Parts: sequence; structure tokens; C-alpha cells
Amino acid sequence: MTAQRRTTPTAPQASHAAPHSPPTLPVIIRVQIAIRLFMIQSAWNYELLLGNGVGFCIEPALRRLPGGKGGVAYREALARESQYFNAHPYLAAVAVGALARAELDGAQPARIERFRTALCGPLGSVGDRLVWAGWLPFCSLLALAAYGLGAGPVAVLLLFLGLYNAGHVGLRAWGLSVGWRNGMRVASALAVPVLREGPAHLARAAALVAGIALPLALGRAIGPGRAVLGGVVLIVALMGTLAARLPAWLQGWRLALGVLAIWIAYSLATYTVVR
Amino acid sequence: MPDLHLVSLTAVGAVLGLDAVSFPQAMLSRPIVASTIGGAMVGDPVAGLLAGAALELVALETLPVGASRYPEWGSASIVGGALLGSYGETAPGGLSVTLFAAIATAWIGGWTMVQMRGLNGLMARRFRVAINAGSSTAVVGLQFAGLLADLLRGGLLTLTALLVFEPLMHATLGVWGASPRYSRAVSIGVAASVASGAVWKLFRGTAGARWYLLCGLALGLVVMTFL
Repeated sequence: MTAQRRTTPTAPQASHAAPHSPPTLPVIIRVQIAIRLFMIQSAWNYELLLGNGVGFCIEPALRRLPGGKGGVAYREALARESQYFNAHPYLAAVAVGALARAELDGAQPARIERFRTALCGPLGSVGDRLVWAGWLPFCSLLALAAYGLGAGPVAVLLLFLGLYNAGHVGLRAWGLSVGWRNGMRVASALAVPVLREGPAHLARAAALVAGIALPLALGRAIGPGRAVLGGVVLIVALMGTLAARLPAWLQGWRLALGVLAIWIAYSLATYTVVR
Repeated sequence: MPDLHLVSLTAVGAVLGLDAVSFPQAMLSRPIVASTIGGAMVGDPVAGLLAGAALELVALETLPVGASRYPEWGSASIVGGALLGSYGETAPGGLSVTLFAAIATAWIGGWTMVQMRGLNGLMARRFRVAINAGSSTAVVGLQFAGLLADLLRGGLLTLTALLVFEPLMHATLGVWGASPRYSRAVSIGVAASVASGAVWKLFRGTAGARWYLLCGLALGLVVMTFL
């Protein structure tokens, strides 16, 4: 049955306008895939990682395979696409688009599996550097700078959520589109300057904003403690230098929890002594 | 805390816990957002924003990278914002206890996420044969089961944290002995120390980034003195 499908050069329901132009995918299916992409990590686990999520996202497109939903081609493709997969959740859209195209184009299963494996590394590392280590801290620090400059709750939230999600949703939409358009030739499309040089530019911009945001946020948040602001800035500089040298297992938030617990205990002890 | 607040905070905590990983990762779960929402829900968004800014400084250190284990800030920040919002940002010791409660909740939240991922793995093993046979019911069912489990996890975590920390905060603030001024300075100082260490670790590997950081720092300190 599989061989029969593979002899068909194009999937019957995915019409090709020209040899090199992408087949069309109905808007409703694109929308279904796009919505499902936001849920790609809901069944994340240490065995399949994103694997089941990729199958879940591609599933609407697979219904267009010969035999339709529940057909042999559909079931084989869904099983293949639901195996182990790892990538950044936003850039996984590239893989979903490309793999959906490969399946509907009738590519050989072995080639699809090799291609799928090859996509994991780049989509994971580029996404982590671009989003988690670049875009997210940049937006977060910009929101902290706005807070430090006196912005109110609504302004801070709108700035952070608006800016972050413009990049977030844009990246997912671009990923799905470029993946579908290029199919198994998507590697060349991933060499765009934004993905190659974007993380470094973002890191520099975020570093600049960090320098501005930290003292400003500290200055506003300290409130009545402003009289001791100079001392606090010096202590923060010293403690920050030490925090940067902490071993990986002793993360700063653990240390913060410990210091706060000691401070609370000290305050309670002070009350008892004064009484 | 009134029951109505408890119910609504639990519901929103569940949704924001879901946002952290499962759906839609729009960063509604970031402390600066979630805590402000928590504060607003109890009538004091400005206090929520203060707690959120302090927690955001701490959260800068933890990046939600793949399989790494990190605190879950969404539900924890709702709790933090609601606690400080209930007592007001000027309550002596309020920020210290709020930060302690929120970071402890985030820590436990991170542990619950690991357990939930284990549960997802267990379900994936159970459905293994069906998934390998290309059953859409198994693939889609596993995905929605994970979504529901995460929603319940976030809700339970928020409710438990509120039930534990609200009376604890009430009792602690009633016998707070340290100076309010120093309490606030210590709390913010600790958060900013974590943030400055995180920023250095995050950007030191990028060519030229440390100069951008120093330029920004000079500019920030100048502006701070005039504000």
C-alpha cells in the first residue's frame, strides 16, 4: 500500500501550480496547524520530548493523504511524525511545515526520517539562542526599564506582552510558512541573517538595556529604602559579581531564597528581643 | 483572603501555569505580568507590579531551555502579586515575605512540572502501541491529557500556596521587627544581585556585549540619580 502511494508523484489533493512552487494547503488546515503549534509542548515528556506534539500539529495536513483520515498512508505518516523529536517550541513550526510538505509530496519514509532527525539540532540551538537567551531577556529588561522610568502596570504589561508576542507569533508564522514553502530543502532557508546573526545582535542590545534597566528598576522598587540606595548599589555590584561565579547547581534564586529566609528569621528575632 | 479571590486566583493561576510550557507560551507567566495580574485581582495592581518587577529580576537567571529544570514562575507570581496586593506595598516586611513565598512556590512549581512530565511519559508509554499504529485518537488524546494535567497542576499549586502562605504572611507581618526601610532594601538588593549575576552570565560570551552593558550601566546610573 505504501509502495503504491510512493509511485504517485504528487498527493492527489495537494494541487501543484508549477514544478517548483509549493502545493496549496487550504487556509482552514493552515489555521488548524497554526493553532495546534501553540500547544506543541502540552504532552512534553523525557522520552518523546516534542515528538507527539509534532504529530499532533501535522495531523490536519495528513488528512489530505490518499485514503484520507484513517487511511494506511495517514496512519503510517502520523506514526512516523509522532516519534522522538527535539527543537525549540517556536522554531518547531519550521519542522512542522517542512515535514507536512514532505509527507504530502510523497517523499520516501526513510528520507523523511533522516530529514526529521537532521532538523532537531539546528532548530533547538538556534531557537534557544535567539529566543530564550536573546528575545525574552531583551523584552523582559525593556519592561523593567519602563518600570524603572515610572511606567504604570498597564503600560508595562502592554509593552512587554505586545513586543514579545510580536516576535513570538511572527516567528511561528514565518517558520510554518518557510517550512511548507521549502519542504525538505528548508536548510537553505534557515541560513537567513536573522537566525545566523540575530542572537549576537540581540545579546548586545539586551546587554545595553540591562545596563540601563537594572539601576532604574532598583531605584524605583527600593521605595522608602532610597536613603540607602548608594550602599545597596555597591552591594548589588559586589553580590552580582559573586553570583556570576556561582557553580551551576547553586543558582541565584536558591541563594535569594536562603537570604530572604535568614532576613525573615532575623526580623522575627528582633521583634522578640525588643518585646 | 475572601473565598471569591481564592477561587478566581486559583483559576488564573491554573491558566498562567499552563502558559509556562503547555499553551500558548505567550509569556503571560512571566513574573512581571503574572504578579501584576495577581495584584490587580485583589485591588492593588501597583503592589503587584512591584512584586512582579522584583521577581522578574530573579527570573532573569532561569531560561526555560528544553529539558532543563527550572522554577515555574507563572502560578508563583500570581501568588506573589496577590499576597503583596492584599497587604499593600508599604506593609513593613511585606515585600520580603512575598518574595520568599513566591520563590518557594516557584521552586515547588518546578518540581511539579518534572513530575507532570514523568506522568506524560507514563501515558506516552501506555499509548505507545496505538501511537506507533498511527492512531489519531492516541496522538491527540495524549496532547490534550497533558494540557489538562498541566492546568490542574497550576491550579492546585496556586490554591495550596495561597492557603499556606496567606496565613503565614499575616502572622509574620504581625510580629515584624526589622526596619521597613532596610527590609525593602534587602529584598530588592537580593533580587537585583541575582539579576546582575544572570545578566553577566548571559551576555559575557557575546563579542562586545560587555561594553554595551557598561555603557548602559553608566547611562542608567546617571538617569537614576535624576529620577
